[in-house]
Amino acid sequence: MNPQFLADGLLMGAMIGLGAIGVTLTYSILRFANFAHGEFVTWGAYGTLAIIGLIGFAYGGDISEIAPFSFGWPLIIAGLIAALLTGLMALALDRLLFSRLRAKGTAIIMVMASFGASMALRSLCEFFFTSQPRYFSRDIQMAIEILPGMRMTPDQMFMIGLTAVLVTAMHLLMTRTTLGRSMRAVSENPALAGVVGIDVDSIVRATWLIGGALAAAAGVMSGIVVQIRPFMGFDLLLPLFAAAILGGIGSVPGAVIGGLIVGLAEALAVPLIGANFRAAVAFALLIAVLLIRPTGIFGVRE
Amino acid sequence: MSAPVLRIADLVAGYELDVPVVRGADMEISSGEIVAILGPNGAGKSTLIKAVAGLVPVFGGRVHLGERDITGWKSHDLIRQGLAFVPQTENVFASMSVAENLALASAVLPRAQRRTRLDTMYDFFPDLARQKSLLAGRLSGGQRQMLAVARALLVEPALLMLDEPSAGLSPKLVELVFTKLKEIRQSGVTILLVEQNARAALAIADRGYVLAEGRNHHTGTGAALLADRTVAELYLGGISRSAP
Repeated sequence: MNPQFLADGLLMGAMIGLGAIGVTLTYSILRFANFAHGEFVTWGAYGTLAIIGLIGFAYGGDISEIAPFSFGWPLIIAGLIAALLTGLMALALDRLLFSRLRAKGTAIIMVMASFGASMALRSLCEFFFTSQPRYFSRDIQMAIEILPGMRMTPDQMFMIGLTAVLVTAMHLLMTRTTLGRSMRAVSENPALAGVVGIDVDSIVRATWLIGGALAAAAGVMSGIVVQIRPFMGFDLLLPLFAAAILGGIGSVPGAVIGGLIVGLAEALAVPLIGANFRAAVAFALLIAVLLIRPTGIFGVRE
Repeated sequence: MSAPVLRIADLVAGYELDVPVVRGADMEISSGEIVAILGPNGAGKSTLIKAVAGLVPVFGGRVHLGERDITGWKSHDLIRQGLAFVPQTENVFASMSVAENLALASAVLPRAQRRTRLDTMYDFFPDLARQKSLLAGRLSGGQRQMLAVARALLVEPALLMLDEPSAGLSPKLVELVFTKLKEIRQSGVTILLVEQNARAALAIADRGYVLAEGRNHHTGTGAALLADRTVAELYLGGISRSAP
């Protein structure tokens, strides 16, 4: 078999893993499946695109790329700003919608509301940016042979490196800092978290900010290596949930490893059973995990 | 008698407004006392202490901690005011190590004090010091209770409230926990505890309140309540008969 699927799967898995961190955090801390999470991915990508446009407008003319990548410094700056804005958007969505329902509703009401929010955000995106696919760059990059039979473009390698940095940072945050420990505490037992002095509301806010920002990072990655479309986040939703559940809800390393497994499985499905069935792989994995080990790889039995 | 550490006046609290569990309870706990809240199942003991701790909605009445009105305050603000609470069950973070549980609780202290307070707690609970890296979920019932108490004491509270600290423990461990509580009182901490195990509680308590149907029913010194046959038979499971 062509080992290229490993490179493709790794890249796809890195994107899914980044997005799944947000899913797993909101799921474990707020106790509901947020189906609007995919829209944070989409809005992160479009936000970056819009900010790059603004930077280009302010500077006038071309800004050269950073060799050997297809993008220049505006994308990095725009990505950072868009990540912050997407985090704030997630926070605003919580303030306007979820926090009101949380006070009185049950999990299923929140899930349904997130479906609604997802559709509204996606339509809003189509309204502003149209449904035409957009690209950060139309340049064609040459893939470099990194291992026998395995090729990657410099952009793709950058993305994998970036994912590794973000995931390591997240892992350190969760295990070494008071914020991370507090997030784990709220996820395990919100009432006890309050008793030990943790302001649960501020932890919820931090969770939305972090989840939204990481989703935006996944969106930018997806935009660079594939394209930017209003449905890009929604199409990623199932793999995101599959990864989060596979890794064990609440576990950051779990989400990333789950993402890599889903990404590699999808990539492997292409040569084995055909590209048409690629999307079904995440589904099949999800069902298999729920049947065999519902708590996931790193999950703890409640 | 010195000024009360905690004053509960006509407290009404519960999970739903139309069916309050606590229906007008009054209590005063003075500095340095151990006070036990007793009563039959469903009397509202746990709901009362949880309402004071900010975990159950308060519908009426007032709660004062020292001079400050703390009615309806959230639990994370109360611990900063010196009111520490040890819930009955799930009172430690099982997925975190002993050290992480304590480090998390120390975050409310000023940075400069954290290390010293943690060391003090490890000195006071040597069992915990030996098992710092063990996951709290793997501790025995007694050790878990000690960790929960250590976590609460870490912030040097003015008042330590415990909900059924003896629940689920063997008689030997109950004795150990209660001996520890006496030591804690000697260090100047006022203690309010809810107990099903009335005999053990009254043996160390200065005073007790017997609650029935969400209201005060009876009050007195520990010894007096233990000796009171009516109270004992009606509300404390007939402990005086089995008392030596």
